[in-house]
Amino acid sequence: MLEIKELKAEIEGKKILNGINLVVKPGEVHAVMGPNGAGKSTLSAVLAGRADYAVTGGEVSFNGKDLLDMTPEDRAREGVFLAFQYPVEIPGVSTTNFLKTAINEKRKYLGLEPMEATAFLKFMREKMELMEMDKALTSRSLNEGFSGGEKKRNEVFQMAMLEPKLTIMDETDSGLDIDALRLVSAGVNKLKDGERSFVVITHYQRLLDYIVPDFVHVLYKGRIVKSGDASLAKELEAKGYDWIKAEVEQDANA
Amino acid sequence: MAEEVDIIDQVVGQEYKYGFTTNIEMETAPKGLTEDTIRFISSKKTEPEWMLEYRLKAFRYWQSLSSPSWQNFSYPAVDYQDIIYYAAPKEKITLDSLDQVDPELLKTFEKLGISLSEQKRLTGVAVDAVFDSVSIATTFKDQLKEKGIIFCSMSEAVHEHPDLVKKYLSSVVPYTDNFFAALNAAVFSDGSFVYIPKGVRCPMELSTYFRINAENTGQFERTLIIADEGSYVSYLEGCTAPMRDENQLHAAVVELVALENAEIKYSTVQNWYPGDKNGKGGIYNFVTKRGICLGDYAKISWTQVETGSAITWKYPSCILKGDNSVGEFFSVAVTNNMQQADTGTKMIHIGKNTKSRIVSKGISAGKSHNTYRGLVKVNKKADKARNHTQCDSMLIGDRSGAHTFPYIEINNKSAMVEHEASTSKIGEDQIFYCNQRGIGTEEAIGLIVNGFCREVLNQLPMEFAVEAQKLLAVSLEGSVG
Ligand SMILES: Nc1ncnc2c1ncn2[C@@H]1O[C@H](COP(=O)(O)OP(=O)(O)O)[C@@H](O)[C@H]1O
Ligand SMILES: [Mg+2]
Repeated sequence: MLEIKELKAEIEGKKILNGINLVVKPGEVHAVMGPNGAGKSTLSAVLAGRADYAVTGGEVSFNGKDLLDMTPEDRAREGVFLAFQYPVEIPGVSTTNFLKTAINEKRKYLGLEPMEATAFLKFMREKMELMEMDKALTSRSLNEGFSGGEKKRNEVFQMAMLEPKLTIMDETDSGLDIDALRLVSAGVNKLKDGERSFVVITHYQRLLDYIVPDFVHVLYKGRIVKSGDASLAKELEAKGYDWIKAEVEQDANA
Repeated sequence: MAEEVDIIDQVVGQEYKYGFTTNIEMETAPKGLTEDTIRFISSKKTEPEWMLEYRLKAFRYWQSLSSPSWQNFSYPAVDYQDIIYYAAPKEKITLDSLDQVDPELLKTFEKLGISLSEQKRLTGVAVDAVFDSVSIATTFKDQLKEKGIIFCSMSEAVHEHPDLVKKYLSSVVPYTDNFFAALNAAVFSDGSFVYIPKGVRCPMELSTYFRINAENTGQFERTLIIADEGSYVSYLEGCTAPMRDENQLHAAVVELVALENAEIKYSTVQNWYPGDKNGKGGIYNFVTKRGICLGDYAKISWTQVETGSAITWKYPSCILKGDNSVGEFFSVAVTNNMQQADTGTKMIHIGKNTKSRIVSKGISAGKSHNTYRGLVKVNKKADKARNHTQCDSMLIGDRSGAHTFPYIEINNKSAMVEHEASTSKIGEDQIFYCNQRGIGTEEAIGLIVNGFCREVLNQLPMEFAVEAQKLLAVSLEGSVG
């Protein structure tokens, strides 16, 4: 599904990703953890195609296609979804209208007819039920005046609507109380179907109690410095990041 | 909601699509403006003496004026002797029968999405189609007549309803009002006339579609709407013009009169040719629009979506004379490339407990300039007048400009006047967010801009809201990247 090789990226001349290697197969859940400033958001932004970042090396292939060669919208249409750490507000545009546009843009790209209004509304109702989405939220302006939790739930709801192949979640758990965290995680778990893959970026292990990863990677100074299974997350929770930092420094000095 | 998205899809990648010309034999006045030109126009319309006198008075007054210069834009001086003031299709037009209308003209309007033939008319909308200087046809006339509603061209009204015309023409916008009002009074060609009798709610939207076709011609239409006591009417105008390298002048006058308890809703979707990317050609849209709430509890509501024209210069205004009368102004003005707009409103509070509301959304892209200019005036005797003004500007790119000039004159201590203003830039973040959901940048801008204007677009009648959304997206094409 996703193959990242030696990915390097910088912003304003500052090197942030220093050679990332990661392979995600269909149906897998990968957690990417790491201290603040490690480059986690940068990795997600580079994969999604944010123009501010300059890719200075490496390759990324997505289902056999060169991801870095595509526009951000084509990456999305190919099935890459990014749940933003800070979803933006778009005044006057309802979530419903926004999603209808998005879905039909994707369908156009795939050579499909646009979805009829009634079919769309039916589809949306189903997804709202599945995600336990509040009806009021979808008719309001996109994210405008939403609480932090509502914004994150709306991200997961959009994911459900757009049915991506690969979802990258950037600290979707940050700022959520325990109830919201449960709802968001339950939503994600419902979308797992053995085919869809997830890259879950988080600072805390807490989320991984609900969304259990197959692999855990530690990102530090723009590199994946350690990988393991779910138990690695537990270890990080118990011991913090300092021992990893120490290990990295040691290796560097050796 | 469902439509708006499809529409934005459809239009991306289109240029000004109304830029075609119709080849038809025209009868025109000789270029230039003298008393003879005015006599020519008047005689073409076989006008009564009083009408000609009025025109000549206005013309003499106009000659004493020079064009105003306080506006926040510049344009080359207009040579008023280099304009044709009257152009009409040569074939004699019988106003009541479409059979006699040149098929070329019917085709032109079909192409513009306005069907005049019985079978394909927009349901619920009566249309008056104006081509250059004359009205071609007015639909649904008979149905309206049954209710006593008069909806016809101004030329016809001068003949058929002289008393109403004499009483109200020039009563809201006198020819002495300003340079362009004087010019219009002298040479006005056609336009619509509406009268809604006492207590009648007009059962359909009334609409006029203005089309400039002829070259080197100015369009000077004149519209007068009178809503008698307790009546209601919703009126809409649309307009387009061919693409030409020369600037063309459009100087219209619109007068609205609302008597006691009457309501007039006037909507404009203005899409005159804006000129090319480099500012060549396009329409100068210099228009005087004003309504008066003559009676108590009268209401006048202006809604405008201004996307076209090289220069838009207009302030649809309300004189709130009756006690408890209400004036509203909802505006979207979009400028792209080299376009300029200086638009807004005047709310003049004269009666007691009068209320006004102003919502203005300006969007500037390219190297364009977009100015809001608005006056809220509360007279001495206007106890407890209220105004709320909201004025939002959105910038696309960093070479465009947004300007706001709110004027407030208050002569009564009980007045409550509020003004809110904001300026925002379409954020990279917003666009990237849309991109990440599979929405391309042009579509994203259409979506964001439509959202920004939602409050105003919601005021438009359904059929036209869709059209307006299309226009917004089209007029901003190529504004990024
Ligand atoms: N726009 C930017 N300009 C300059 N530096 C940036 C920018 N965005 C991120 N950085 C820097 O890149 C590094 C990695 O940031 P980020 O990817 O957000 O880390 P994380 O998500 O792991 O906390 C940080 O040192 C941050 O300050
Ligand atoms: Mg981050």
